[in-house]
Amino acid sequence: MNKINSIRKDWSLIETLIAEDRKILDIGCGDGGLMEQLENNRNAITHGIELNRDLAANAIARGFNVVHGNAELDLSQYSNNSFDYVILSQTLQAMMKPKDILSELLRIGSKAIVSFPNFGHWKIRLQLLISGRMPVTESLPYTWYDTPNIHFFTIKDFLNLCNEMNIVIEKSIGLTSKGKQFDISESITGVNFFTHEAIFLLSYKNFEPIKIKSSKKVFAKNSVIAN
Amino acid sequence: MKTKFTTDTKLESEIAYFQNINLKLESGDIIDSFKLAFKTYGKLNVDKTNAILVCHALTGDQYVAGNNPITGREGWWSRMVGPNKPIDTNKFFVICSNVLGGCAGSTGPKELQNGSDVAYGGNFPSVTIKDMVKAQSLLIENLNIEKLFSVIGGSMGAMQALQWAIDFPDKILNIIHIAGALKHSAQNIAFHEVGRQAIMSDPIWKNGKYFENNEVPERGLSVARMIAHITYLSENAMHRKFGRKLQSRDIISFGFDADFQVESYLRYQGKSFVERFDANSYLYLTRAMDYFDHDETFRKNIEFSHNPNNHLKYLIVSFTSDWLFPTIESKMIVNQLNSLSREVSFLEIDTDKGHDSFLLEEPQLDDVIKGFLTNNFAKIDE
Repeated sequence: MNKINSIRKDWSLIETLIAEDRKILDIGCGDGGLMEQLENNRNAITHGIELNRDLAANAIARGFNVVHGNAELDLSQYSNNSFDYVILSQTLQAMMKPKDILSELLRIGSKAIVSFPNFGHWKIRLQLLISGRMPVTESLPYTWYDTPNIHFFTIKDFLNLCNEMNIVIEKSIGLTSKGKQFDISESITGVNFFTHEAIFLLSYKNFEPIKIKSSKKVFAKNSVIAN
Repeated sequence: MKTKFTTDTKLESEIAYFQNINLKLESGDIIDSFKLAFKTYGKLNVDKTNAILVCHALTGDQYVAGNNPITGREGWWSRMVGPNKPIDTNKFFVICSNVLGGCAGSTGPKELQNGSDVAYGGNFPSVTIKDMVKAQSLLIENLNIEKLFSVIGGSMGAMQALQWAIDFPDKILNIIHIAGALKHSAQNIAFHEVGRQAIMSDPIWKNGKYFENNEVPERGLSVARMIAHITYLSENAMHRKFGRKLQSRDIISFGFDADFQVESYLRYQGKSFVERFDANSYLYLTRAMDYFDHDETFRKNIEFSHNPNNHLKYLIVSFTSDWLFPTIESKMIVNQLNSLSREVSFLEIDTDKGHDSFLLEEPQLDDVIKGFLTNNFAKIDE
């Protein structure tokens, strides 16, 4: 599976996770390809952030709302819950602080869509086991000293982090290296072994507000004032 | 309101006269009648949806494209505006007017005071960017254009574009804001002050009454221009252009002639400026820029405007080497608009040409302006 096909496949799966007429922020939007797809097929209102100057310029020239900037520095400017979906496609492993980014995604968006290459895939494990060197694969094609991917993690790692952060996984799609698609949550054994790429639809757990009778104010369990 | 349009054959531009209109300025002063000199390019379409207002910078004028009869040279943005140019006059109806307080035919310090044969000079009331935009809005109204498709400007022009978004969002669809800021910074005010002091300390200036003896404070005005010109460039650009190269000589003179090319260049810039610009106008317009400040108020103005502004699209552009209006200033606008979930695009263009980049050859600037206008125009046409 070459890189372009892999991205297209990724996009079409992301599209299946998105409802009609929603407001979307695409982080690392490139020249606006996914934004275009979602505007055309889902009637979405799209915004994007792109670090690469030339790609950002292309996206703007194609008429998309794109801010040339760095997601790790610039996400704080967006207000809470200002988007229905925030998309981070194939980029989490390249972030300096993936955990902070995840919480930012769900602060800005009601839902987040995150896709990443699984470092627990058997080919990667085998490479490390046999050669004793850092793996280089189709989805992670860089040598260790020259890679944008600075945080490697497996599906198991990601699930643990979500659990720790009280993030709910609403949907999860796995892809094998042959491009076969399956539901990660329904497959129990070997998921971390066979999943080449994973796509997750995330949201925060809804906490039932605990009503405190003596006070007029109602507090939620996670200490957000509900009213 | 009485409005009258005439054509000034000397200036080859249209002039709109607003008679007994009592334009109230931000300072509280009132101008009872005024005129604006303007040029139009291209054709207004039947539905009047293709009008673009281009706002000029500090020393610009209404001759944005084509030939400028005052200088005998090409219009100041003729590389950007014209048939098949990024702002395509085959497609768009482009309007550019000389700002209120300017000196290319609009009412300003060098024009005669209403009902007298004496020029305003220092009696001209202080004008602000808001006042300029108010005057422009009257012009647009009188051209029977309900809605401008876009307002575009760089530097002081960007300030005007932003002011349009604040004051008349219902009369525009988008703005292109290049090399501007929410406010004029302390450093920028400082440079302007040096320029003004140069003019006012020229003995010929005479409290702004130099015209009474048909004189021009050439020295002061040219020094002001030389200082300002430095701020429009960057160290790299100057180095690339001039380095330490000597002008018309092989060895240094051990004197104060223009030994270096950069000196000779600045002297030329100063000298040619006094031929086309009025010293008093320079004082008033630099002041207008200094007073520009939406730092604290922009977000509130956009969020709570009683004029609906949700539909507005913004394209904000900055340049890496612009130290007069650095990228950080543009990003403040972008941040505030993003925090309000507005439709904003932002690009920082990589160039060593400094603040003046917006007037110069920058292919990426051409691409984003052309693309932004074309694609957004296609959307309203649907």
